[in-house]
Amino acid sequence: MDSYALLKFFWAGILCVLLIGVGIMVGMDMGVGTLLRFVGRNDGERRTALNIIGPHWDGNQVWFILGGGAIFAAFPTLYATSFSVFYVVMIALLFSMILRPVAFEYRSKVDNRVWKASWDWVFLISGFLPMFIYGAAFGNVLEGVGYHFDWTGQYHQDQSFLLYLINPFAILCGILAVALSVYQGGTMLMLRAEEPIYGRARRYATLAGWISAALFALGGFWIRHTVGYVLNAGGDPGMVADPLHGQHVIRVSGGWLTHYANYPVLWIVPLAGIVCMITGPVFLRADRPTLAWWTGAGAWTATISAVGIAMFPFFMPCSTRPDESLTIWNSSASAYGLTCMLVVAAVFVPLILTYTSWCFYIMRGKVRTADVTHDSHSY
Amino acid sequence: MEPIIPGVVDLSRLQFAITALYHFMFVPLTLGLTFMLAAMETVYVVTGRQIYKDMTLFWGKLFGINFALGVATGITMEFEFGTNWSMYSRFFGDMFGTPLAIEGLMAFFMESTFVGLMFFGWDRLNRHTHLAITWLVALGSNLSALWILVANASMNLPQGAHFDPATMRMQFDSIVAVIFNPDAQAKFVHTSVAGYVSAAMLVMGISSFYLLRGQHRQFAARSFRMAALFGIISTVAVITLGDVLGRMVYEHQPTKIAAIEGLWHTTKPPFEPWVAFALPDDAKQENHFEIGVPFVVTPLVTHSFFTPITGMHELEEQAAPHIRSGIEAVTALKAWRDGGSADDLARFNAHKADMGYGFLAARHAPHNDVSSIPASKIEQVIVETEPDILPNVFVTFWSFRIMVFLSLLFFGLFAFASWASLKNRLERNRLLLKLCLWSIPLPILATEFGWITAEAGRQPWTVFNLLPTFLSASTHSFSYMVFSLAGFAILYSAFIAAELFLMFKYARLGPEDHTTHAGLAKPHNGDQFASVPAE
Repeated sequence: MDSYALLKFFWAGILCVLLIGVGIMVGMDMGVGTLLRFVGRNDGERRTALNIIGPHWDGNQVWFILGGGAIFAAFPTLYATSFSVFYVVMIALLFSMILRPVAFEYRSKVDNRVWKASWDWVFLISGFLPMFIYGAAFGNVLEGVGYHFDWTGQYHQDQSFLLYLINPFAILCGILAVALSVYQGGTMLMLRAEEPIYGRARRYATLAGWISAALFALGGFWIRHTVGYVLNAGGDPGMVADPLHGQHVIRVSGGWLTHYANYPVLWIVPLAGIVCMITGPVFLRADRPTLAWWTGAGAWTATISAVGIAMFPFFMPCSTRPDESLTIWNSSASAYGLTCMLVVAAVFVPLILTYTSWCFYIMRGKVRTADVTHDSHSY
Repeated sequence: MEPIIPGVVDLSRLQFAITALYHFMFVPLTLGLTFMLAAMETVYVVTGRQIYKDMTLFWGKLFGINFALGVATGITMEFEFGTNWSMYSRFFGDMFGTPLAIEGLMAFFMESTFVGLMFFGWDRLNRHTHLAITWLVALGSNLSALWILVANASMNLPQGAHFDPATMRMQFDSIVAVIFNPDAQAKFVHTSVAGYVSAAMLVMGISSFYLLRGQHRQFAARSFRMAALFGIISTVAVITLGDVLGRMVYEHQPTKIAAIEGLWHTTKPPFEPWVAFALPDDAKQENHFEIGVPFVVTPLVTHSFFTPITGMHELEEQAAPHIRSGIEAVTALKAWRDGGSADDLARFNAHKADMGYGFLAARHAPHNDVSSIPASKIEQVIVETEPDILPNVFVTFWSFRIMVFLSLLFFGLFAFASWASLKNRLERNRLLLKLCLWSIPLPILATEFGWITAEAGRQPWTVFNLLPTFLSASTHSFSYMVFSLAGFAILYSAFIAAELFLMFKYARLGPEDHTTHAGLAKPHNGDQFASVPAE
């Protein structure tokens, strides 16, 4: 492989890491948001739950923002096309995402039942909906998306957004993402909360763990019978990044399992996911939330990696004109841009991981309701 | 190109303008307040005096309310390029996305991670570590602004990239050229310092409120003085850098500077007046009710006495050959991309420099396709395209003037406020205090008009001279745009109502209620600094 192809490959890998980061870190906070009304039965309990992720949600959210920024910079054609093609869904995602920071900051600043109850609903919506859309987007992309390009590189949509909303496979993926996020949020609550939040969180997280294992397995069987995409000719990794020329793509039933069939060793990845999803609830039963948190992280890693392997090198297959499918090779930025960012990422990603861990370390330990209600800086 | 639905582009522009201006109501305060908080906390750590910690906590509370909306509305911006400006994002993704991604890695991550510790870490960190965290938040938010403005500068003065016909995108050549873009440097300082002015005015205004009511006097007087001094320095910087930026625009964006100054005709130095007031008429291409100050415009813009500034009529005339050559370029480019020969590519390369003008002409071409213009119609299309090179002069002219007049007002106000504060004559000057209170929203307003000047003045381009705005938008249906605009209108109205309500509530409550922790509850109405001996 030439260096340009390697750079594209690296960046696809970094993107994968960012998407995993979104799942684990943002998913965790959103899981807490989804669970808020269920684990907290009164204002004190709910505030405790919020303050468990209070010092971290803003930093965690940057995984999501950075994911967007990295797609923009490293795969501009993908950024431009996917965000526009999924417009209605993306706007719904945005609306629910932007409600969340405001909810954190504003909820406990006015001592009024209606005010607080409204924001608690906002937490539910802004926890559930973005994660559902996040998962459903993977589902939709796996099924292929209808668009084409004109000679300038501008996309044109060929399918209505309704198709993406009522796609059963996408709905399954959406629920899977919600289940994983509820699991992660529940384990986080267990790590930092005492009874009664602890016990409730354990119940919901255990349930979410089982559901995610079942849905992940079901999705795996489903994918055997859906139409996948295979590069038939061209699509050389070092190619000029232009989706209009240079590749021939065919649609094959079960095509997404081609790589797994060719390299059976890859089955380790989805299997690891299933193992994580099954052992997680077991650890919860044994009151080992730290271990359970890490198996949740493992579940996200395996799920997104398994999809990545299945789709490689596709990003967004095109159902109406398969030859214009977006791949790692034809949607990337220039070699120079990718190199620059690689240097920046090599310096800053380790730094980010270090100070994020340090922040979690500083804020370690149980959050108590009495402390929360007396601290004027808490949420 | 497929035909463009004009209404969709207009709605996309409207949505972007609303969401960007809305976002920038909160950003300036974040940029400035983080630095002010860091300064207050530094004084606290150095002197060990509780009042400075109280100041940090109280202003930090207001910062937090504001910060949440800055973060929330920033998410919109990060995604809006992709959701609404697909052609732009694809065409310019290397150049614009890279600074944005670096911003996330280098600055935004740091700011957002440490802001949590800044609020929640008071009891878990020692004083010096907490101070370091506060400084990192200030550094992060300002570095963040740096990268955003680097990205924005690339749209105004694209450098460090070339157009590649094989990918139909600008290919990144030099990160050094992008970072050290002169426009970026001046813009960064100008914009972030404008944020300091906004923060200083907020702190000064709310302190004035307490002084007017005779509440929290020690606390308010100290905050006032700090803000007034911070404000006067920042205002001087913002005006100086504004001048540098104006000079930059003069060098690189002749249409923008001519529109800003309302110059329809090339100036005749040295007498040429600076138009202080006029009602520019975009349709008739002339000014009504013009009032000018003689001798001023030439040195103001060019920093010399005898250099003429090209007027808009002359710029239109000069554009004609570029449009003609641009039509050639785009026609050849399309032919080559549709499987044409090496001749087509050579023809494109000969006219490459004018490609943007060819795209601009597409608006007047049948089906927005310049290659389908019949030879007999080419001259007509060129004539129709000429006025398109100009921005909306009325908007550019007036937004610039509002910004400038306001900043001169700030200079006066901060100078007077600093003097009164240093002479301890604050509480006697009730008019000054009232003026300070009512001026709180003005710097934010001035900043917004600054953005309108910069962005409206860049029109008709998203990437100056390369990509027209009407080609940059996503190909949405009209109903999609109505859906998203309605949603933004509802959400953003609710947000601003909640924000103002909370800001007023916490500002009125004053410092005493928020600076104490469990067990140290103080009476609600008492002035906790009343017992502190005056200096």
